[in-house]
Amino acid sequence: MLTLQCPYCGVAADETELSAGGEAHLKRFGPGSSEEEFHDYLFTRENPRGVHFERWRHSHGCGKWFHAARDTQTLEVFGTYKAQTTEPPKDIRDAITAKRPGWTWRDVA
Amino acid sequence: MSKRLPTHGRLIDRSKRIGFTFNGKPLAGHPGDTLASALLANDQMMVGRSFKYHRPRGVVASGAEEPNALVNMGQGAQFEPNQRATTTELFDGLVSRSQNHWPSLEFDLGGINKHLSRFLPAGFYYKMFMYPRAFWKHVYEPFIRQSAGLGQAPRDRDGDTYEHFNTFTEVLVIGGGVAGLQAARTAAQSGARVLVMEQTADWGGRAPVDGGTVDGAPVERFIEQTLAELQAMDNVTLRSRCMGAGVYDHGYVLGYERLTDHLPMAEGPRHRLWRVRAKQVITATGAIERPLSFAGNDVPGVMLAAAMRDYVVNYGVAPGQRIVIATNNDDAYRTAICLKEAGLDVLRILDARNSGGGTLMNRARALGIRIDCGRAIAKVGGGKRVKKVQICAQDGVGGALEEIACDAVAMSGGWSPVVHLWSHCGGKLIWDADQAHFRPDPDRPPTGADGAGFVTVAGSANGELSLDAALKDATEAGKSAAVAAGFKPRRGKAPNATATPEAALEPVWLMPREAHVGLRSKSWLDFQNDVKVSDVQLAAREGFESVEHTKRYTTLGMATDQGKLSNINGLAILSDALGQPIPATGTTTFRPPYTPISMGAIGGEARGDVFQPIRRTPMYDWHAAHGADWEPVGQWRRPYAYVQSGETVHDAVMREVTNTRQNLGLLDASTLGKLIVKGPDAGRFLDMLYTNMMSTLKPGRCRYGLMCSENGFLIDDGVVARIDDDTFLCHTTTGGAEHIHAHMEEWLQTEWWDWQVYVANATEQYAQIAVVGPNARKVLEKLGGMDISRDTLPFMAWADGQIGGFDCRVYRISFSGELSYEIAVPASQGLAFWTALHAAGQEFGVMPYGTECLHILRAEKGFIMIGDETDGTVIPQDLGLDWAISKKKDDYLGKRAQARSHMTDPTRWKLVGLQTEDGSVLPDGAYAVAEGRNANGQRNTQGRVTSTYHSPTLGKGIAMGLVLDGPDRMGEVLEFPDTEGKSHSAKIVDPVFFDKDGEKQNV
Repeated sequence: MLTLQCPYCGVAADETELSAGGEAHLKRFGPGSSEEEFHDYLFTRENPRGVHFERWRHSHGCGKWFHAARDTQTLEVFGTYKAQTTEPPKDIRDAITAKRPGWTWRDVA
Repeated sequence: MSKRLPTHGRLIDRSKRIGFTFNGKPLAGHPGDTLASALLANDQMMVGRSFKYHRPRGVVASGAEEPNALVNMGQGAQFEPNQRATTTELFDGLVSRSQNHWPSLEFDLGGINKHLSRFLPAGFYYKMFMYPRAFWKHVYEPFIRQSAGLGQAPRDRDGDTYEHFNTFTEVLVIGGGVAGLQAARTAAQSGARVLVMEQTADWGGRAPVDGGTVDGAPVERFIEQTLAELQAMDNVTLRSRCMGAGVYDHGYVLGYERLTDHLPMAEGPRHRLWRVRAKQVITATGAIERPLSFAGNDVPGVMLAAAMRDYVVNYGVAPGQRIVIATNNDDAYRTAICLKEAGLDVLRILDARNSGGGTLMNRARALGIRIDCGRAIAKVGGGKRVKKVQICAQDGVGGALEEIACDAVAMSGGWSPVVHLWSHCGGKLIWDADQAHFRPDPDRPPTGADGAGFVTVAGSANGELSLDAALKDATEAGKSAAVAAGFKPRRGKAPNATATPEAALEPVWLMPREAHVGLRSKSWLDFQNDVKVSDVQLAAREGFESVEHTKRYTTLGMATDQGKLSNINGLAILSDALGQPIPATGTTTFRPPYTPISMGAIGGEARGDVFQPIRRTPMYDWHAAHGADWEPVGQWRRPYAYVQSGETVHDAVMREVTNTRQNLGLLDASTLGKLIVKGPDAGRFLDMLYTNMMSTLKPGRCRYGLMCSENGFLIDDGVVARIDDDTFLCHTTTGGAEHIHAHMEEWLQTEWWDWQVYVANATEQYAQIAVVGPNARKVLEKLGGMDISRDTLPFMAWADGQIGGFDCRVYRISFSGELSYEIAVPASQGLAFWTALHAAGQEFGVMPYGTECLHILRAEKGFIMIGDETDGTVIPQDLGLDWAISKKKDDYLGKRAQARSHMTDPTRWKLVGLQTEDGSVLPDGAYAVAEGRNANGQRNTQGRVTSTYHSPTLGKGIAMGLVLDGPDRMGEVLEFPDTEGKSHSAKIVDPVFFDKDGEKQNV
């Protein structure tokens, strides 16, 4: 059972306080998008053994959505950050590079 | 025979006798006994029968690893099956019964299975029960049900209570043997908070039995001193009878404390589940001795060598009088010496090693014990207890050289560290060829949030089997855990223990090495699930090469003991059959809990009334006092109907429908979700959430809206009222308030975070009452206070005001097709307002109505219900709701999805009404059949029933359903077979059965 620090209220929250929300940084495609774009937006997800970016909600706490960068294999957490961003912030990316040189995730590195 | 010795028994109190029963037979033991030791003291060597072949089985171990001695314990509300006799402390009045036999333990009909064993090979379920198909229902299934399961399911509700306990600690030590105590002391001396869990009632583990000295004194003295030191430290918590059950992510550990199992009359919870967050975990979980695989190794009286000396030293119980010992290592000689010194006859030690053992062997020989090297047991003779052994050469096929009469056999195949807790959260293992076991790989520990290891292993759990090595290892483990938890350990050396040098073990996976098939098919690996050497070899031959596949095919290690004795032996046999080294085969996955824990402990306090919260509206007590038949809706309780005396529930529902259509009905609608959406961008936001246009709604007006997921499917509906330019009030379904609120928050926080909108869930702030029926306006006008006339408050308008002195908001909306006002008042006024309406309505024929009446009223009008007409695969277009989908908007959640090819497929089933030819009620969920059959041989379908009721208004059954090309097939008759074999004919009709033009609601 994971613990993740909520970047809004600062609580180190137990997984029972949180709700998982799947992969982070999806770009929404709406009307006008191609079949392939929309299909990928709805259904295609990364399933890495290693570095991953996820959405979580502090649902039994402050109620805020946030993002977590973690290693799905070792359970190491590189950092959590607010959800109001379209890509992982630099300090998070640097923290990952320090631990996992040469990592990539989708088109992020 | 097994019996109580006049000497030994360090854990029992011989001055007191306590009574217990086994299969109704009154027996006696002493305080300090386990049920297993007390049974053995009474010569009860056979304690149960095996799962598959119903072979007689006896106690084989002395602790948590015991596979055989499982009993039904207790009676009535205290009854529990599968209790391990070796870990059950004896108490006065204990009632136990053996399991898995019929009619009795001594004479069992299922024992015939053992004569059929060659027809019950590995994987026999998969092989035998396939064909003919018709045999399934009447032959195979009853047979499997008859034989399945160990023990009996309890009949009564569990009479005990349980609790959860949450705690934090810096260092958690699991295991209270010498290594655990030493590691705990070392860690605690750094100042770290330390919690120590020991699964048994006693501290010190095996050391007092195995002997040795520490710093010149007997090891018992070391245990006493260390324990006293720990007890005196404020930063240390010691819990005995508390098992470390599982290690999970980020230092989360479950402990299972058995508080009153040994004190059945004591007050308080029976078990306590410890939910621990630890910075560092030290597992000092010891090691488990492996059995040897020889023919008849499951006959009662064959026991692990170390368990045999446990029974002598701890309980003063001799498992036999004339004993043969088989071993491949030096440790079994400790048993030989112990038995001899207790005055028992050790007839022979069969050491599979040609060169024999070391110092311990010489000591045994000096005591006059005969030792044969390079020898093995070919076969154990005897059915319900050991009678003799045949001796053969270890290097051979099993030709008997000699036969010895004896009544017990001790076996030792070496020791395997208990690596379960290390492995639960991803710790990896390495193969130690010298000791022939897997032990933790310190370079690949389970890792925590910071990426560093959070588990350290100490003592024999780490493969350090001797006392001196274990104490040194534990000292290091305690220091490194303290450092990792952020503390500075005190300098100090490990205590000095004596070490008896031991000769090298020689791996023996089969005894004798080339045992012929007759012996291999009687050599048990997994005692509880009846898996033999020959079964694993068969699995390998049949291509089950992965250890995980072999496990499932043979059921090796799948019993309640999870293969504590069998796993290493089994995978060694598999490796041999596959011609590969053991590490190449690997182990199966270790999963928590370490041993089974009670369901009660997992549930804790969450049972009965506190299992989950019940939400009650302000009028709950009034409903209860007026005959409410409750229906759970989410966590709410809503009246299904108000049953009057002499009525059935169905009668009540029919009366409520008729009265509401003809006079006046009151519905408690407080449970409907009420979400306030406020801000300059509120209109824009709701345009994205609803399929229709909400931003154009005028203040003072209401609009019915549909909400879809991004996948296009309908998820909720309800009436939206615009309060002012910046504020909307969105009604959701009763079950939808929380998740629609969360849905709104998700989109606001993660997609449109720059939009200025707040959402608040005001559901419980208001009580809401629907006043419905031809007399609705009359009762409100009688109470008076505001103008609710047709012109001032037309259909789909709302207004704030006062009625009967209550501040209220009145919505002129209708889910029934009747003249209807939904009136919200502050929750605190709900009951008073309801009571006032009910009193004022008497002259107008008022009656409260429940949810089933609501359903019928809406179905008569063809209104859809989320969860009936929708099931997560239905889009608004399927339900003929195109009118509620804006064509003007560029975008809304679900719009793009609804343009996908499957969503625009003209063959999607569409909503229609259904009416039986004879006026009967269609079965709910029934499918309409079509011509032909599909690839699976099932009838093709062309529609299904989504809602079905008897309409008292129309005097016949009415239904709605989704049908292929339905709206174009009005008047066609479909066939709906039910589950009883009967078919129902129904005609496709308009889904609006009543007042299609809406004349009643618009008056």
